[in-house]
Amino acid sequence: MTRETLLLTIRFVFLLLLQVLVLNNIHFLGYINPNLYLLFVFLYPLEKERGNFIFISFLLGLCVDFFSNSGGINAAATVCIAYLRLPLLKLILNKYDLDYKLFHLMSESLLKVFLFITLLTFVHHSLFYFLDYFSFKDVGMLAYKVITASIFTIILSILVLILFDRKKIY
Amino acid sequence: MQQIVYFIQKYKYFLLFVLLELVAFLCTIQSKAYQKSQFINSANSFTGGLLNMSNSVFEFTSLKKENLRLSSENTVLKNELEKFKSSRFLENKKLTDSNQHYISAKIIQNNFHKRNNYLTIDKGILDGIHSDMGVVNSKGIIGVVNQVSNKYATVLSILHSKSKINAKIKGSHYFGTLAWDGVDYQYSQLRDIQRQAPLKIGDTIISGGKSLLFPEGIPIGVVHDFKKTPKSFDNIKIKLFNDMSNLGYLQIIQNSDKNEIEKLIRQND
Repeated sequence: MTRETLLLTIRFVFLLLLQVLVLNNIHFLGYINPNLYLLFVFLYPLEKERGNFIFISFLLGLCVDFFSNSGGINAAATVCIAYLRLPLLKLILNKYDLDYKLFHLMSESLLKVFLFITLLTFVHHSLFYFLDYFSFKDVGMLAYKVITASIFTIILSILVLILFDRKKIY
Repeated sequence: MQQIVYFIQKYKYFLLFVLLELVAFLCTIQSKAYQKSQFINSANSFTGGLLNMSNSVFEFTSLKKENLRLSSENTVLKNELEKFKSSRFLENKKLTDSNQHYISAKIIQNNFHKRNNYLTIDKGILDGIHSDMGVVNSKGIIGVVNQVSNKYATVLSILHSKSKINAKIKGSHYFGTLAWDGVDYQYSQLRDIQRQAPLKIGDTIISGGKSLLFPEGIPIGVVHDFKKTPKSFDNIKIKLFNDMSNLGYLQIIQNSDKNEIEKLIRQND
């Protein structure tokens, strides 16, 4: 087991427990729970072989589902953003195969990171709430929940990223 | 053949993505079907045990409120007991065995912010819990038991799109169905009430007793608002007695006659 796998395992377990035991009980304004476990997807190292990454993201979503009795909605949404991550990074940050090893999310400019996180979070939450409601009967309600929950998740993710970024301290 | 291998090689990530999405969609659809055995639920011993542990840490935060509720429930029960004692003394009746039994349980996880909400409780098959049992507390109805494991169970909350509960207006015999529209966890909706029913704002709604899950007369809420059209009642909004965001202990109703009645109904079909 290399140092990197160990770090990823710890991050996986920590984010999962944080999500299901603490963040799922926040109920800010009555219904908003931030989905901070998406940080795992944002921070996963870039690899050319994406199979492992997509599968691990699926497992993370499924584990969250197990605790919150939600069928497979977290898993579906997380797999979706895991698949979309690489094309999006290529598009926003202009990454090529050679840069993959040196990739470090917080060393990019904050605006680009913000755009990257916003798009992924928005896709995740849209799919998440659509699968939860499973109808387009009240689209307004759906859009309202997606937007408010996304804002909360984005703010929290960026704060955590800034706070726990070790490279900036050195 | 080579074409197929090439195709799989080229699109392997996309195929993996589609496969995993399909699995997740299947799990989601299965979880929407009420009363099917669901693979993904928090009633298994690992998730249940972990939630139980976490709950025991944070439990003290709601102790004060829970104590108040219990003490007021005790007062009500004692008053009823006194009434019952005096009436029995007068009529000299004998006590008969009731067909309803209550099993007490603790909530270890509560959801109310989603469209479809479940609770997890710390009692299971070993304590005599089965699926399709009514769940209440002293203030009113909470839901119906859904999935059961040996030590834990999940409860389909009344805040769930599949939850339909038979309800009626207190003091009359007009029946309706309680269903939740997914907007506010403090309010639920009453449907299918006859137009001629004497409905007023402030009327109490109780369980109807037409289902086998709940005995008649368990409180649900009060009528908060409604619109009357020439054909029917619209948007009857019920303010629930229970604050679904703050639940502690609850009771599960065990109806010993349920099997017998169900057998009779099945014979009719």
